[in-house]
Parts: sequence; C-alpha cells; structure tokens
Amino acid sequence: MPRFLTLIRIDEQNVPAEGPSPELMERMGALLEEITKAGVMLDTAGLAPTSEGTRVTWSGGKLSYTDGPFTESKEVIGGYSIVQAKDKAEALEWTKRFLQTHEDYWTITAEVREIAEA
Amino acid sequence: MTAASATETVETVFRIESARIIAGVTRIVRDVGIAEELAQDALVAALEQWPESGVPDKPGAWLMATAKHRAIDLVRRKETYARKLAEVGRTLEDVPPPEPADATDPDGIDDDLLRLIFTACHPVLSTQARIALALKLLGGLTTEEIARAFLTSEATVAQRIVRAKRTLAKAGVPFEVPYGADRAARLSSVLEVIYLVFNEGYSATVGDDLVRPALCEDALRLVRILAGLMPREPEVHGLAALLEFQASRIAARTGPDGEPVLLADQNRSRWNRMLIRRGIEALERAGHGPYSVQAAIAACHAQAVRYEDTDWATIAALYGRLMTLTPSPVVELNRAVAVSMSEGPAAGLKLVDALADEPALRAYHLLPSVRGDLLERLGRGEEARREFERAASLTRNARERKLLLERASRSAK
Repeated sequence: MPRFLTLIRIDEQNVPAEGPSPELMERMGALLEEITKAGVMLDTAGLAPTSEGTRVTWSGGKLSYTDGPFTESKEVIGGYSIVQAKDKAEALEWTKRFLQTHEDYWTITAEVREIAEA
Repeated sequence: MTAASATETVETVFRIESARIIAGVTRIVRDVGIAEELAQDALVAALEQWPESGVPDKPGAWLMATAKHRAIDLVRRKETYARKLAEVGRTLEDVPPPEPADATDPDGIDDDLLRLIFTACHPVLSTQARIALALKLLGGLTTEEIARAFLTSEATVAQRIVRAKRTLAKAGVPFEVPYGADRAARLSSVLEVIYLVFNEGYSATVGDDLVRPALCEDALRLVRILAGLMPREPEVHGLAALLEFQASRIAARTGPDGEPVLLADQNRSRWNRMLIRRGIEALERAGHGPYSVQAAIAACHAQAVRYEDTDWATIAALYGRLMTLTPSPVVELNRAVAVSMSEGPAAGLKLVDALADEPALRAYHLLPSVRGDLLERLGRGEEARREFERAASLTRNARERKLLLERASRSAK
C-alpha cells in the first residue's frame, strides 16, 4: 500500500477574508475522522501563513534567507496530508472528497504525489 | 485530475466502502455471505448506471442505499414466502427483523463495521478461515490476492471462504459486538487474526521473499480501523503500537537483493520516523497486556539511535513480564537474547541451554541460530558453525537460509 503526500495549494491573496466557515470546519472534521477511522490517514495539518515562514536557499555555495510573505507566488502550500492508500485512484478519491467539503467560492489545488519508498 | 473513468471510480469507491456496505447489509439479512453478494450486486448496478448517468455526489452512500434496498427486498420476499407456507400449514424459520443496537453494552458501541469484524474473526472458525474471511470482507482483497499472499491456490482460498461463511450461518453466529467478559475473549481472537496477517507479511514463513509489505499494510489498516472503533480497549492500541513500530523497520530489514538485514546492521536512518511517532502515540494509550508489552519492547528498539544505545536491561525485564503473561519457549528465547546483551553471552547461553529439550522448539530455526550467535561471541567458532548449519537446515525461507549458511562459514574461520 503506497503512501501519498497531498499538498494543498492556495492563493493567499484570494482566500475568503472571513476564513473557513463553521460549516466547512464541521464537514472537514467529519471527513478527517472518516479518513482516519478508515485507517488511511497517517498525518495531516494546515500550515501557518507564509508571513511567518522563511525560505532558506543554498546557491553558489552560499546560504540566503527570504522571510515571508511570499507575495510573488501565486500559490503557496497551505496544508498537507499523508495517506496510505491501495493505489493512486484511492488517494485521489479521498482528495476529491476533501476538496468537495469546501463551498463553491473556494479555489484550492491539491497536488497528489506518491512517496518514493527507499 | 486525471479524469478517472466512471468505471474506475466505481471500483475505487467500492474498494473503499465495501466492508462498510457488507456490514450494513449483514445487519439486515444476518448472513455475511448473502450480504457480500448483495454488495456485489450494488457494484454491478453502479457499473451499469454511472457511465450513463454520471457519478453521484456521494457515491459511497449510493452504493450503500442500493445494497440495502436489495437486502430489504430479499427479506420481504422471504417473509411473504414464509407466510404463504404457513398458510398451507407448513413451518419455516422466521427471518428475524433487524434488531436495534444492544442497549446493554456499557460502551454503547453501535457500529456495523465493528460487528462485521467480530463476526469474521469468530472463534467458531479455524484460524485460516478467519484470516481469509477478514482479508476478503474487511480488507477488500480478492480471492486471487489472498491466494497469492499465502502462496496457495485460488480454489483453496475460495473454498475456505465459502466454508467459513457456511459455518457462520450454520452456527447461528449473532451479528453483534460482544460485551462484558465475552468481549475480552472475542477481542483477542480479532487481534490474533490481525497479528497473524501482519506477521505473514513481515516474516514470510515460506517462499523466496522475506517480506510481503502489502499484507503488513492490510493488517496495519485493520488495526487502525479497530483502534478508531474501540478507543477504550488498551490492547487494541497495544497491537496498533506494535505493528506501527514493526512496520517502521520494513524498508531497513532487507538489502538491495532482498536479503535479510539483522537489527544490529540495519541503517536506522531508513526507519520510518512517522510510523515510529504513531507507534509512540498508540503506546501512550496501550495497557499492560501481551501486545502492549511487546509494543513497549519494540519502542525500546525504535528509540535507540544506534544499536549500541539499545536499553537491553529494560528489554530483558519486559520479556520477563511477557513470560508471566504468555509464557512460551519463544518468549524465553527472546529474553535470553536480551539478557545476553545486558549481562553477557554466557548468561544468555545458560538460558538458551535450558531450552534445548523444549519440544516446541525442536524444529525452530531461531534456537540454533541464537545459540550459534552466543557461541560465536564466546569465541567457540566450531560449535557456532554447527549451530548455524543446523538453523539453515530448519528454516523454510530461502533468503534466511542463505544468510545462516554465510554465518556458518564465517564462524568456521
């Protein structure tokens, strides 16, 4: 059963100002419980805004630091999950259900990647 | 997304939902065999309709509702039939109506999936039957996949499953989560099945591969489901912790050519930290039963950054506790290894030699293998070689045999 990393990409500039609605939080809570109870969810979390983040780059033998927010990026990673699924189709099905908990006014991209096992 | 075809979606959704659908339908028809067929019927209906009508918003709920409708139809038809027979003066067994959840269960666990788990792992079935049924009904594996995992023929597995379902029906096994004193006994039967499935994947008793990770992961998924359904059962968390720790080492247990790598030689950076963390979390909720104690032992290994850091004294003490819970020569052998690491090979050898006449270990390759290891550490190379050769002749796993023969030739030098 391979593992998949799902990166949730959002446009920080364009998230609904009032944040997630209580209904969304409730639906998401129920879904996350379902995925966990199905023995599929290994780990998941949302990330703090990029204004609190720092990029550390190694280039030309030198370190450089860039503090957030990363305004130049259209999409930033807002959260992630790691699931254990039979195959990619199953991982995508759970991702689809996760996205569908959101109201229509949201735009979110989920990137599903299989974790290469050593 | 890669726009999955409707057919592919049906199959994926069915795989995710099948255990729950079978469980929900069993509650109506009271027969896991019939329930499985009705669930399959719902799958066929979806395969026919979804490509035309599109995938419904809640595909899982659609499959469940379709299967349940068919179940209710079936029960009604049987009831009508029974009434007609009664009218002509014959008797027929009643089809009992679906009962409400057992109100006397102090934990108030009302979950069809949990009922199915307890039914599929009922002690009225042989161990092999329980394993096959659990993988089929709960793990969603096909007969072919189960046969491949256990290196038996598909016909054998199919027959085993058919017979198991018949046994359950004939014995009138109730579709329930047992409570009170009964629960502990029945729960240990469930845990045993999951543990055996994991172990068959973890150290394949036959064949060329040392590890079949897919079986380990099926077992892990089952125990995680069970932990979610029975959060107040410490031994469930104990088994979950144990399996998370064991699974965290899978990648490091075999070398590039599939050869086994001993714990001492494993590259610990390849241990899966996330699974270790999950193991530690589960261990916090575990109790004092045998799986919990084994999980505590596994935690000692998992937390040692280097092999030399292993807390062997604690491990030896934990094996001592395990001996009081589930005394067995195999546990004692493991204790001997831990003692040899904390007190020296001579102390370990004394314990191992006390096991020499143990009938249960006569054909167990790890007894001579451990003895060989201790003799080698004591500088008794020639005796060590004989033990490793004996161990090699006893194992049925090809990879393990190769490793043991290599050790034999090394200790002879």
